[in-house]
This record gives sequence, structure tokens and C-alpha cells, in this order.
Amino acid sequence: MFSFEFMQNAYIAGTFIAIICGIMGVYVVGRNMSFLSHMLSEIGFSGAAFGIFMGWQALSGMLLFTIVSSILIGKMSVQASKRESAISAVSSLFLGLGILFLSISNKNVSYATNILFGSVIGIGRDEVNQVLLLTIISLVFILFLYRPLKYDSFDHIGASVKGIHTNFVSILFLVVLALSVSTAAQIVGSLLIFVLLTLPAAAAKIVAKTVSGMMLFAISAALIGVWLGLYLGYVTNWPVSFFIALIECVIYFGSMIIKKDN
Amino acid sequence: MTETLVQVQKLAMDFPGQKLFNNLSFDVDRRDFLSIIGENGVGKTTLIRALLNQVKPTSGSIKFRKGTKVGYVPQFRNIERDYPLSIRDFVALNLQNGKMPWLSKMERTQLDEILEETDLVDIQNTRIGRASGGQKQKAYLAQALVDNPDLLILDESTASLDTVRKYELFNLVQHFNQQHDLTVISVTHDFDLMQRYSNRYLMLKEDHYALGEVADIKNEEDLLDV
Ligand SMILES: Nc1ncnc2c1ncn2[C@@H]1O[C@H](COP(=O)(O)OP(=O)(O)OP(=O)(O)O)[C@@H](O)[C@H]1O
Ligand SMILES: [Mg+2]
Repeated sequence: MFSFEFMQNAYIAGTFIAIICGIMGVYVVGRNMSFLSHMLSEIGFSGAAFGIFMGWQALSGMLLFTIVSSILIGKMSVQASKRESAISAVSSLFLGLGILFLSISNKNVSYATNILFGSVIGIGRDEVNQVLLLTIISLVFILFLYRPLKYDSFDHIGASVKGIHTNFVSILFLVVLALSVSTAAQIVGSLLIFVLLTLPAAAAKIVAKTVSGMMLFAISAALIGVWLGLYLGYVTNWPVSFFIALIECVIYFGSMIIKKDN
Repeated sequence: MTETLVQVQKLAMDFPGQKLFNNLSFDVDRRDFLSIIGENGVGKTTLIRALLNQVKPTSGSIKFRKGTKVGYVPQFRNIERDYPLSIRDFVALNLQNGKMPWLSKMERTQLDEILEETDLVDIQNTRIGRASGGQKQKAYLAQALVDNPDLLILDESTASLDTVRKYELFNLVQHFNQQHDLTVISVTHDFDLMQRYSNRYLMLKEDHYALGEVADIKNEEDLLDV
């Protein structure tokens, strides 16, 4: 299997994506932002379609849209109560825009399915390098922000009393999240971002009791999903995204059953 | 010799349709244990928020002695039952001087010491979401104290505790006040608690306030009359 370059590419990119999603996911869960990351993925789809429409790479359009919108969301810092409906409204708009861009750019349908559901087996060296670069940038930011971000994500009140610039931290976090979402979309597609970003972290929240423990668990769960998913996809010729989603669900519900007693 | 830690001068806070603190002025000295009392809605939490620099007063000033580090135990905190962190990890959140993701040896010592002193060692690996109300309050206290603040602010920390846990928590606060020179500002509705633990009080009322020594107050009526 590894004698094929496309499988090597898929494994390298997938590994990095699993790592960044495992880490970011823990913060997303800590900040109760699963919903928001879902919206970012839809905005990402729209951005990708826009990129194609403009004749750029899909990833460039995606980065543009997700980063700009994450900064806007951070600035708005709407109250939690109004946030969900605002988010739903905005994401349907973006989904619609994506479909519009795709239809006026005269690309065939497979483009849309690639963006929405991922096309990991099809990625080349250049895309692998992009994924590496984006992951490393995200990791550097996370390392730099680690303690304040951890504090703000798991105890916002405490962090704001400490004098941590929680607004700054949260905007920077959203930008890094936009990077990760765009990166992960390469492999699982924008509709399934949820799978790698939130399911492993949600399982980790059930199982682990420290932030670092949650990260280790989430990274492992994401890695197992990606590695095994790629293998099963290779063997069966079924979509990799399906297997990843299946594996992550098994891990998530498994954690719930095992930990049910306490 | 007394050393003034906080100096509040002519503080006033206007909200639409409501004026809080009519030119409120008071000092807090190092090692003071000041109780702030007053009816619901007179502005105790707002005063705390002003002290913490989270709201800007309409007029007046609040000055801290240079380098004063503040720890805070808020009135409300949303720790739900599925909140994942253990007590130990929760307390460690407040260690923010180091830059590395992992704790330094010194920070681990600091953490061990505060867990020891607040009597949380045995349950340090319990999830805080699953801890009892009394254990939670102790964990909040430990978090506020882990990086050695000069001033601790408690906002009705005992409101949900039974008498035993209430004294347990405040005996701890008293220990830090007496043994580690910790200055304490405690918001409470509890006359007994005020009388037992604090040396000074600040009574807030709708249009005036009173400041005094707890030793001069014999019973609750004295306080209502001031
Ligand atoms: N940001 C705000 N805007 C408008 N009004 C406010 C604001 N913050 C507080 N208030 C008002 O100021 C008053 C004082 O509120 P505060 O929470 O300080 O009272 P409190 O003394 O702590 O009461 P409790 O004993 O119930 O905790 C309340 O009437 C509240 O509605
Ligand atoms: Mg209050």
C-alpha cells in the first residue's frame, strides 16, 4: 500500500491533520464551540467554491473566507444566547453562496463533492506540503498561547480576572481554528470537519481529567480514525470519510458506554 | 505599622435609572479582613467588579499599592457536571507565569503545597464537576491562592454551604490571613461569619454606607442602625 505515492501523501497529510484536530478540538469542546466550528466548515465550503470561481486554489478561497469570518465573529462576541441562531442563519447563507459560486463557475459536480466530502486519496505532494505548513503555523500559535488559552477555555471567569486579554486570545484562537478547519477539509471535506474536530475531543472529555490528557486521547482517537480509515478505504474502495466517521463514532459512543457508571 | 493596599476614593457608579455608591471612600490595609455587607442589589458585586477593573466607575478612583496581586473567588461559576477537569488541573489553570505547556518543578511544588494547605490532596484527582459544593468552593479558593496573591476577594462563597463547611472554608481563609499575611475582602450576608472572622466591615446601603471595626458591633441590630 505504501509503495503508492498517493497513499504516502494521504498518510502524511492525514497524520498532521489528526494531530492539529485533536488539539484544537479539546479547546473547541472546552469553549462550547462545536456549533461554531460547524459554521466555519460551511463558510470554508463557500470559500473554496469562491476560490474555484476566481480561478484560485480551493484552499486559498477557504482560508480567506474562514479567517475573515472568524475575526468578524470574534469581534462581534455576541452573547451565547443569541449566538446559536445567528450562527445558523449565517451558515445557511454561506452554504447557499457556495452552491452559487460553484454553479456559476461551470465546474462539474465532482468538484463540489470533493470539497464537501473530502478527497484524501487524490492529494499530491504540493497539497501535503500545504497541510504541513498550515499545521506547523497552527501548532506554533497554540504553543505560544497554551496556558492563557487553556485558562480561558476551561475557566473564562478566572482568566478574565487574571488580566488575560480574553478577547485577543479568543480572536487569535478563532483564526487558528479557521486554519485547522481549512486544513482538515482537505482530508475529510468540509461537511465532516465535525468528525475530526469534535468527536475525538468529545470522547476525550468523557474519558480524561486533564487538558493534556484530553489532548493525548483526542489526538490518538483522531489518528486511529485517519490511519484505519485510509487503510479500509484503500482495501474496500469505499470513501475514506465514511470509515473515519464510523470509527470516530465508535470511539465516541464506546467512551460513553465505558464511562457511564461515573 | 499599617500599609495601605487598596484606596477607594469618592466612588460612584451610575446605571440607567440607578445610582450605586454615593461617594464611597475606604482603605484596605495589609492583613485586614474586611467584610462587605448589605442587602441584595446594593452593589456589592459591582464594587468587587470595579476593584477587579472589570467595570469602570462613573466617578472616583481605586488605587492599589504597586505590585498588588489579587485572587478572586466569584459569586457564580458555571461548572457543570460534565466539566472534565480534575481539581488539581483546575487549580493549576491559575499558574500563568511559565510559558511552557507543562508545569515547572517549582510550579508543581506550589500546586502540591496549596492542595495540601486547603486539604484537597485526597480528592485532587476527582473531577471538579463531580465534587460537592464544599469541595468546589475549596477548589476555587485553592485556585485563587495558588500563585500567592496579596489580596483575596470572596463574593458570597459560603452562600450554598452548610454551617460545618462554611466554618471549614473560612478557617482556611483565616489561616492564610493570619499565617501568610493575606488581605481578605469578603462579601457576605452572614452576620455570624462577619463577626467570627473579620476585623472590619463595610455596610452598604442604598444612599449611604458605614465603615467600622467589627469589635464595636455587638449584634445584628447595631449594624442595621448605623
Ligand atoms: N452592567 C449593569 N448594567 C445595569 N445595571 C447593573 C449592571 N450591573 C449591575 N447592575 C445593577 O446594579 C445593582 C447592584 O447589583 P449587584 O450585583 O452589584 O448587587 P449585589 O449587592 O451584589 O446583590 P446580591 O446580594 O444579590 O449579590 C443591581 O440592581 C443591578 O441590576
Ligand atoms: Mg452579588
